Amino acid sequence: MKPASVLIIGSGPIVIGQAAEFDYAGTQACKAMREEGVRSILVNSNPATIMTDLDVADRVYIEPLTVPVLERIIARERPEGLLPTLGGQTGLNLAVDLANAGVLEKYGVRLLGTPLETIRRAEDRELFRDMLASLGEPVLESEICHTLAECEEAAHQIGLPVVIRPAYTLGGTGGGMAFTWEQLRAVAISGLAASPITQVLVEKNLLGWKEVEYEVMRDGAGNCITICNMENLDPMGVHTGDSIVVAPSQTLSDKDYQMLRSASLRIITELGIEGGCNVQFALAPRKDVRDWKGDLDEPLPYHVIEVNPRVSRSSALASKATGYPIARVAAKIACGKTLGQIPNAVTQRTTAAFEPALDYCVVKIPRWPFDKFHLGDRSLGTQMKATGEVMAIERTFEAALNKAVRSLEVGGRSLLWERREWRTATELPLHASDERLWALVAALRRGQDAMELSRITGVDPWFLDRLGTIVAMEKRLLNESLHPELLHAAKRLGFSDEMVAQVADRLPEQIRSLRHEWNIRPVYKMVDTCAAEFDAATPYFYSTYESENEATAVDGAGAVVIGSGPIRIGQGIEFDYASVHAAWALQRAGLRSIMANSNPETVSTDFDTSDRLYFEPLDEEAMRDIIENEQGNEAEPPASIVQFGGQTAINLAEPLRRSSLPIIGSSAEAIDTAEDRRLFERFLQELGIPQPPGAAVTSLEEGMKTAQNIGYPVLVRPSYVLGGRAMEIVQNASEMVGFLAQAAEAAQGKPILIDKFLEGSEVEVDAICDGETVLIPGIMEHIERAGVHSGDSMAVYPPVHLDAEEKETIRDYTERIVLGMGAIGLTNIQYVVLPRLPGEGPAIYVLEVNPRASRTVPFLSKVTGVPMVQLAVNAMLGRKLRDQGYPGGLWPERGLVAIKAPVFSMSKLVGVDTHLGPEMKSTGEVMGIDRTLSGALAKALLASDLALKPRAAVLLSISDRTKASALPLIHKLAGAGYTLYATEGTSKMIEALGIPVTPVTKILSGGHPNVVDVVMDGTVQCVINTTEGRFTGSLRDGFHIRRAAAERRIPCFTSLDTAAAAIEALGNASEYEIATLAEYVAG
Amino acid sequence: MPEALLVLADGSVFTGRSCGMEGRADGEVVFNTSMTGYQEMLTDPSYAGQLLTLTYPMIGNYGVDAAVEESACIQPAGLIVREAASFASHPRSQGTLHSYLQARGVVGIEGVDTRAVTRRIRRHGVMPGTITTSESASEALSRVRALPGYDDVNWVSTVTTDVVYDWDSSGPDARFRVALLDGGVKRNIMRSLAARGCAIRVFPAESRAHDLLAFSPDGIVLSPGPGDPRLLETMVAETRLLIGRVPLLGICLGHQMAARALGAGTFKLPFGHRGGNHPVKDTVTGQVTITAQNHGYAVDPAGLDPGAYVSHINLNDQTVEGIAMRGEPLLTIQYHSEACPGPLDNTVIFDRFVGLLAEVRGGVL
Repeated sequence: MKPASVLIIGSGPIVIGQAAEFDYAGTQACKAMREEGVRSILVNSNPATIMTDLDVADRVYIEPLTVPVLERIIARERPEGLLPTLGGQTGLNLAVDLANAGVLEKYGVRLLGTPLETIRRAEDRELFRDMLASLGEPVLESEICHTLAECEEAAHQIGLPVVIRPAYTLGGTGGGMAFTWEQLRAVAISGLAASPITQVLVEKNLLGWKEVEYEVMRDGAGNCITICNMENLDPMGVHTGDSIVVAPSQTLSDKDYQMLRSASLRIITELGIEGGCNVQFALAPRKDVRDWKGDLDEPLPYHVIEVNPRVSRSSALASKATGYPIARVAAKIACGKTLGQIPNAVTQRTTAAFEPALDYCVVKIPRWPFDKFHLGDRSLGTQMKATGEVMAIERTFEAALNKAVRSLEVGGRSLLWERREWRTATELPLHASDERLWALVAALRRGQDAMELSRITGVDPWFLDRLGTIVAMEKRLLNESLHPELLHAAKRLGFSDEMVAQVADRLPEQIRSLRHEWNIRPVYKMVDTCAAEFDAATPYFYSTYESENEATAVDGAGAVVIGSGPIRIGQGIEFDYASVHAAWALQRAGLRSIMANSNPETVSTDFDTSDRLYFEPLDEEAMRDIIENEQGNEAEPPASIVQFGGQTAINLAEPLRRSSLPIIGSSAEAIDTAEDRRLFERFLQELGIPQPPGAAVTSLEEGMKTAQNIGYPVLVRPSYVLGGRAMEIVQNASEMVGFLAQAAEAAQGKPILIDKFLEGSEVEVDAICDGETVLIPGIMEHIERAGVHSGDSMAVYPPVHLDAEEKETIRDYTERIVLGMGAIGLTNIQYVVLPRLPGEGPAIYVLEVNPRASRTVPFLSKVTGVPMVQLAVNAMLGRKLRDQGYPGGLWPERGLVAIKAPVFSMSKLVGVDTHLGPEMKSTGEVMGIDRTLSGALAKALLASDLALKPRAAVLLSISDRTKASALPLIHKLAGAGYTLYATEGTSKMIEALGIPVTPVTKILSGGHPNVVDVVMDGTVQCVINTTEGRFTGSLRDGFHIRRAAAERRIPCFTSLDTAAAAIEALGNASEYEIATLAEYVAG
Repeated sequence: MPEALLVLADGSVFTGRSCGMEGRADGEVVFNTSMTGYQEMLTDPSYAGQLLTLTYPMIGNYGVDAAVEESACIQPAGLIVREAASFASHPRSQGTLHSYLQARGVVGIEGVDTRAVTRRIRRHGVMPGTITTSESASEALSRVRALPGYDDVNWVSTVTTDVVYDWDSSGPDARFRVALLDGGVKRNIMRSLAARGCAIRVFPAESRAHDLLAFSPDGIVLSPGPGDPRLLETMVAETRLLIGRVPLLGICLGHQMAARALGAGTFKLPFGHRGGNHPVKDTVTGQVTITAQNHGYAVDPAGLDPGAYVSHINLNDQTVEGIAMRGEPLLTIQYHSEACPGPLDNTVIFDRFVGLLAEVRGGVL
């Protein structure tokens, strides 16, 4: 029964809909395998994960997730079993593909956990419906239709309103809801037209019904349990990943709860799953919210919406919400254990065969990327748009909700926030969007009737009543003078000191002092899976304003690792990787590691990652409370580490310093030097290290003059703004006028930075410093020229185009900068390297210095074998690098080539331009590693879905500025047998080269087929499109081309460098090696 | 709402606000970890003489609904919650928890750190306590310390039926006659049996074996109920007379009485089993199911009749969760197969019992 070896497939890069939760799941599974004595073989293309660390699985492959690659790994490793349920939809689909391709049979690999037949029954609409029918479970009525008449017939049978979903279109294009017969005809016609096979699904519309989920688990002996149920605040109609979710359910009676629980257990039993499963239901709401047919004396009607026969995003949430390690238990079940044989790691005295009892409320809020993509469509529907999520735990819904909002880190926005336009608006935006929560609170604030809001939105009146409680407290704080009882009541509702301060017209610090004076301090309670019924051993805590503190200070030195919060563009899983390693390094150094984070998807918030876990918002108030709690009666508070949690943690350096709380690693002053433009400029000048000329300006005139002086192109960006937001390369004065205005708005009164834009190759390094010695594990060279955000660039290790002298200069600059700044721990520096003029020395300029762990840390750690975070933490604790066995200087290059390639989620984000620029847009990354550059490149492209199909058709739309540099590329494409399509100007150029090309008309010209048609109808399988600048008409056309490519999910290159690399890789697309990470690194 | 105090016999005092009726309520303080089903718990007669602490902090969210009551009145002496919802929302809700408590004259306290209360009980065992809106903490404490011991009171006599009655849901097409000895029965036991074709006659706790047998039942059910089974020696003696006569199903207290009738002992658990998440293993099939539980005493199998065996055990603490006999149609369970509240995983127990009725009638056994 127990397999000797198991292959685990990871979920690949972080994309919208598939995020860090699968790193958490895979890591837990590997640990479980080790405990069970099963050899684990892990494959994932994502280097930023803990699961791909050398010591997590027995064999680690960072390779593209494709059938041919997996077959080669299977042939090499001969695993007995394959565990397909921990790598999200990617892992599940690959398992099915491997089975269909006969690979599993050929090598005698047993599918563990979920049988193939089960995957098919859960995924195939028709089989799924049959299964539910055989169980007597109510399934949503729907009909597959091909004509308008069929649609009308179906709608008559089902009854209006209905949802019309066109087949094989993305994001429900062309479909919609029909409430009247007129609407039905209109939507049916457009839906049928949108579907390439003229097929639509006409489905009963349950808009406004409650959406409820159950996480269930079953073992090979047929024992079933429920881990958790969850209720969505947003009713049916919003993707559950985009919904605000509470656990456990709040508005379900025991009858409702048990009815759906029993249905879930029947379904998992029928499917024969051995492991975890997620079941989604629609449950009838109050009749005065949405009327439905049926008798109230009968059990409430429900429908089974979806079943995921695997560990899912919801499982990760359920895991963190309850403390029950779902992935770990699922992995053990897959190895043949029964629930009763698996110990409950949390209580350490009971078994996994029980159902967690919560004595708190959990709220999850998705983190959307609209702060970066302000032009994107913010409305929420059936297509998920969030990149990450936060979770908060408190004793009541109101308090958990307020905490969750604090955790979102959207410009310090609390529930008090309102959009400026709302003040004068007659109607608030109550449709499903990322801002609906705030709109509902604003409506209640204006005295709008809760029942009416409920009818408009479908949100259960219970939730609105609770929002009303928060609004009522606001009014009390506004009208009463602050007294202990009132402040205590506000804190119990989750009001932050800052919210109280804002309403009661004080400073947050004054509120904090009052709290201390009145002895209103949070206590910390344990997440123990059992509502205190058993004495649990887990150190997993949340804050609340109650009487008993369970997280009493422990003897022995410890340090607080501040995590990175929700996954968002610009701050991804890489920072969780670093945080986890920091916690481990502290433990290895004999210190207690104390983790603070708000993200339920991650390894850092796993209960056994650190000695203590505080599930809290990452803001000043929460951090200071935690530190005070940890200090107990000791003289010294524990130190904090801010350099691993991305910008979230680094932003806390200054507040902590102000409160005289110790930070280890780079000081707040060093951080200042790097972030303050003027300090930084002076610092580099003193060191004699060049930087692109530029200045900080505060007015339009000043800006125009500066740009004139340093010469176009220039890079314009507001200071003190994250991740390249509102950053742009400006080519000329007329563009400058428009853009400066826009940047000024984003800068909100702060200066705008204007720098000379140097078009060279971009290079970055990470360095570790102990105060005396600087170790540079490696140099990475970007494939895209400077101008593309480093997070969106492909990075090659070791560098390909740098000569020895240039590398030496980079080493020298790096050492001097790091030592000069007094940075301790990790520093990331970005350089631009200009082509060397004959007879002259290297031309290298410093672009940016970040005195913290960067997103390249996991990649570089893995490919160099240097345990970067551990060395950095030890250095912060005072251990010299030399004593750790590492000399300074540039670490010898390994005999491998590794490429880190970005991955985008553009097909999910309607209205967002995909062209690469200084503002980061990617959500995740993959790695291609091999012995040769061509092998690594082929793999990186394959893994990031940018690999070109041989002899395909390509649409080219090249801007005038880049036409010349596109020539070699066009020759190569033609030489490789590609069919070329091009926009007007571009096709003229290609014709002039004597190469056959089909011109395609632009959209504005009105003819067909136009540039969008050839992408949408599949005529071309790849797009190469460069842009002129920001405000030109061609850009709008370009925008539509790029959007079409994103929706068709075909490669779209907006940088000629990336395109050139992809064409370069064509020749040797299948010539790559397959080896474990350890084998590559060993050389 | 006025301030209320919860005072425990060990001297700990929790301050909260009154919910339900004002006044005072004394009892043994216990906790239940179920996240839903407060109304079912409140109407469960096994809570007689107790102050019920609910560990889930937000209670009353979905209001109250007469259809889910498990008996005619609120059974625990008082209710202890972190928060009693002032607003309820559910398609079937007929009112708030607060008004429900008030209308039935039940004293409650909200706003207390129920997790701290629970941890205290878990560490030191269940103990007497009081909820009061009319005394100082010290007055309350001296009163609590003078309260009669919970274990010394025959609570069954306070909740059993006064008269023999027929469960009115039994349809005319009932196939079996079942006599139910009421030690504090929950309605869903009768609903579950009636749904399986049983006509049920309910007998007061002090009924004699021959009273029940005079009904010519196809089977007998010994119901759950409150308190220490050691105080119920008469009922145990009558139970002994019933074993072997007709198929017998014992639930909770009924299980304890049957076990005692078969020579086993019972003892008090430090803080009981109360919740909807207890794993129970069927020792014959190896199957584990999640059960609803509400008991403060458990069976000690030492001395159990050699013809009987432990059929179920609790996976958390290995205590006895059921017994059965070889060759005799008897099955007992410590947990609540009728759920309400709790998981519906164990309704198979009723199927088994009805199966026994059919087999015996068919002469198979």
